[in-house]
Amino acid sequence: MRAAGRGASMLNSRHLLGIKDLTAEEIMLYLNSASSFKDILKRDIKKVPALRGRTVVNLFFEPSTRTRTSFELAAKRLSTDVINFSAPSSSILKGESLLDTALTVEALGADIIIVRHSFSGVPHMLSRHLRASVINAGDGTNEHPTQALLDAFTIKEKKGGFGGLQIAIIGDIIHSRVAKSNIYCLKKLGADVRLIGPATLLPECFRELGISTFNNMEAGLEGADVIMMLRLQLERQGKGFFPTTDEYFRQWGLSRKRLQAARPDAIIMHPGPMNRGIEISSDVADGGNSVILEQVTNGLAVRMAVMYHLDERKEQ
Amino acid sequence: MPKKLLDSKEIDRTLTRISHEIIERNKGTEDLCLVGIQRGGVHLAERLAKKIKGTDGADIPVGSLDISFYRDDIRIRQPAVSRTDMPFDVEGRKVVIVDDVFFTGRSIRAAMDAIMDMGRPALVQLAVLVDRGHRELPIRADYVGKNIPTSGGERVEVMLAEDGHEDGIFLVSPGELNEGGRQGREHA
Repeated sequence: MRAAGRGASMLNSRHLLGIKDLTAEEIMLYLNSASSFKDILKRDIKKVPALRGRTVVNLFFEPSTRTRTSFELAAKRLSTDVINFSAPSSSILKGESLLDTALTVEALGADIIIVRHSFSGVPHMLSRHLRASVINAGDGTNEHPTQALLDAFTIKEKKGGFGGLQIAIIGDIIHSRVAKSNIYCLKKLGADVRLIGPATLLPECFRELGISTFNNMEAGLEGADVIMMLRLQLERQGKGFFPTTDEYFRQWGLSRKRLQAARPDAIIMHPGPMNRGIEISSDVADGGNSVILEQVTNGLAVRMAVMYHLDERKEQ
Repeated sequence: MPKKLLDSKEIDRTLTRISHEIIERNKGTEDLCLVGIQRGGVHLAERLAKKIKGTDGADIPVGSLDISFYRDDIRIRQPAVSRTDMPFDVEGRKVVIVDDVFFTGRSIRAAMDAIMDMGRPALVQLAVLVDRGHRELPIRADYVGKNIPTSGGERVEVMLAEDGHEDGIFLVSPGELNEGGRQGREHA
């Protein structure tokens, strides 16, 4: 107890690369601290001096508005200085290598580098060469850890805990780093996870983790406490995974009628941006069970908690 | 053996006196609130509120403040963040910050900044159970339970019944081992 009071961090790494590497205790540390940060976001002065003087760089090699904005605002709420460095406007077009770009950013004095890239493993590679903390903001089809943490935080707020909870993740599982991070996270926290989607988008490998898979929406939604919709990644389609988007909605879209199979108090989540009328109908997305906009707010609190604790870990 | 500086009875008498001083100095209890600094100050703030109610009959709101985000020394941050619980608006109130041991003054500076970010109190005062000296900032207490001169290497531990101990304040010499399992708060 006493040693812990001396600022010993509970984190094993100064980077956040994926949920796969985290323990349940590390996840809960983030979730518990996020509650405190959420309280701050409700105040008139939505800012604390916790990371004053630190520099945070958003290094985004893939287009993103909401994740980048969320990280940017979270960093500002911690009193850091934030720089946004995105691919199309940077020297990447001039042929600079990925690592050179990251080293340049670090040489500017970055303490935390937030990386998004369309190739899986890029944040991991950079973390081996940088003294700064690296946060994975989405790498290819691998992981998107802060999305899973904010989803878990939202579930904990709404349902009180994870034990015995039935959580259905629906849609384009195979392309989804959000799904992968959420599966790791929710399994570690003790929830029951099931996956629903067309066979072409639903990898069998997750069965090894004790996860059931369904191709039929009604069967999969039966008794669900949490319904987690995924964005159909239209930019990654066109390879014959399903016939048309209309057909997709008829089979795997979440409509008010389908919702009846789940528990009446089931919450509906979506990481955004939504394709209305393709994976989710508008009345469900805007309905009383939807917590989609709360996820956005919670994302700020969770990202503040992540940066706060990684900074603390680095100080050791 | 750690030296016992105050026992349970003395702590109780001290808190009774401080509660009277708070009422006297503020000419009553109007707009008064108590804010305990986690973890040591919260139980003391609750005890003071009970005593003020006993004397004056008024229910004084009590807040519980986590100062992690406001500390100036990252190395003394707590590993887990506790939740700040302020069930009232500090705007326009007379806020009495309560802490167990008054040492460098850095925690009090952090607490004042945290409170100011929540609103603009009419005034802020400070009540401490023990003042052990060694200030590093120009901050003073309005209400002091006991002044205890210490050397820099010594530690003051406050044990409270709310944490499952017998009430007591101890002075621990440098190099002296703490009894295993005791989880009083240390102020090195």
